[in-house]
Amino acid sequence: MNSTQRRGVGIQVRGLRKSYDGQLVLRDISFEVAPGEVFVIMGPSGSGKSVLLKHLIGLEKPDAGEILIGNEPISSPGLMDRHRIAMVFQSSALLNSLTVGENVGLYLAEHRLKPPAEIEKIVAEKLELVGLAGAQNKLPSELSGGMKKRAALARALVVEPELLLYDEPTSELDPLMAVTVAEEILKLNRRMSVTSVVVTHDRDLAFGIADRIALIHDGTIYSIGKPDEVRNTTHPLFQRFLAADFNLKQSSDKP
Amino acid sequence: MFENIGQILILIWRTFQALPLVVRHKKKVFDQLFEIGNASLLMACVLSLFIGGVLALQTGVTLAERGLSSFIGQIVGLSMCKELGPVMMAVFISGRIGSAMAAEIGSMAVYQEIDALKTLNINPVHYLVLPRLVAISIALPILVVFSNLVGWFGGAVVSVYNYKVAISYAAYFNSLRSGVDFVDVANGLIKSLVFAVIIGAVSCHQGLRTVGGPRGIGRSVTKAVVNSIVLILILDYFLTRLLMHLDR
Repeated sequence: MNSTQRRGVGIQVRGLRKSYDGQLVLRDISFEVAPGEVFVIMGPSGSGKSVLLKHLIGLEKPDAGEILIGNEPISSPGLMDRHRIAMVFQSSALLNSLTVGENVGLYLAEHRLKPPAEIEKIVAEKLELVGLAGAQNKLPSELSGGMKKRAALARALVVEPELLLYDEPTSELDPLMAVTVAEEILKLNRRMSVTSVVVTHDRDLAFGIADRIALIHDGTIYSIGKPDEVRNTTHPLFQRFLAADFNLKQSSDKP
Repeated sequence: MFENIGQILILIWRTFQALPLVVRHKKKVFDQLFEIGNASLLMACVLSLFIGGVLALQTGVTLAERGLSSFIGQIVGLSMCKELGPVMMAVFISGRIGSAMAAEIGSMAVYQEIDALKTLNINPVHYLVLPRLVAISIALPILVVFSNLVGWFGGAVVSVYNYKVAISYAAYFNSLRSGVDFVDVANGLIKSLVFAVIIGAVSCHQGLRTVGGPRGIGRSVTKAVVNSIVLILILDYFLTRLLMHLDR
């Protein structure tokens, strides 16, 4: 299949519940993501966003509920072969013993999808795309946090995914690079109709790229809708969350 | 504890199932072999030299007092190849290599590198455990061969130069040759192969289930080494019984 013909895949989450040591982290989460949609899950820290994301790629097993990727349960054997799914981790999760180039080309090399020369070419292309041209031979320990994140994005792009999950893609990035990453998410979405699920507490990113936004707090989704609908939420916590701003000088100047 | 043993057995089984894939991972196997050999060979030889020497010293003096010096080579030879070579090398390798395996894989688990492998549809057992288990299963028996040879030599040096024992090299090696045959050496090599699988599986298993940051990595390393040594010593008894039974 040509990469330009690749289509995104839909997701259905029904009644998802998860607890750790008796503490409920996800409470009856249900939502759907249409193929090719950019779906943002936004909420304060510790609200269960990353745990939810890990369920969507099968890294965690729910206590109850089901997740369907392209109408197939996520636990179906060979699902990852049929629907390419990739994830950009918050910590980047590059393999520290490999060079950046080896990290980016790992998927192709391990699955023997391309000959080594072609892998090198693809790796160079993807690194250039994320602004890391020529960084193939560097070790992850030689990169800054933002560079690591971009290398992780390049590694995910190599998979040519139908579903791409991002865990806090703009954390540790300067504003310019954050905009670049946001543009890249949208570009991928438009070019290949990749379904993107983005977990973030970065309001600018969420409202800048989302087709729909889900607001999550304490393991519960309170609202799902288009950015404008979500902006008008009546939930007091999210009103504060969306309106929060630095007013430290003014408040400290008060007698 | 039983849950752990069950998980380790499952890990060994999954690794054996993946053995046909070892050709694809041959570079990683060679890297691990080099790592084990490069890190351990010299130290293993020094250790074995002194183990053979102290064995000759402890038994040689008593035997010489009773006019039984001609048995020293046999005793050192059999003790080294059937027991001390495999067990001491396994203990040494679990400390030197098992700990490194648990630390490396443990740090990969803590820093989500293993999760990243899974999201790339790469099986961590194939990618991480298989090359390490194959490499240690090749390296440990080879180290035991070196250990036997150096240990026998260490025993010879003490037997010749210790004035209370003072037998000739010829007498020592004649005694060794008459008492040790290929089956005895093979017994030790079979043991070392089993120990290697235990060290590799226990260490990789501990690494894979590491949680909780740097402290968790430390805990995994300690558990990997302690559990490996305990299992080696317990299994050694049962293996000895089994091999004695087969030897009859």
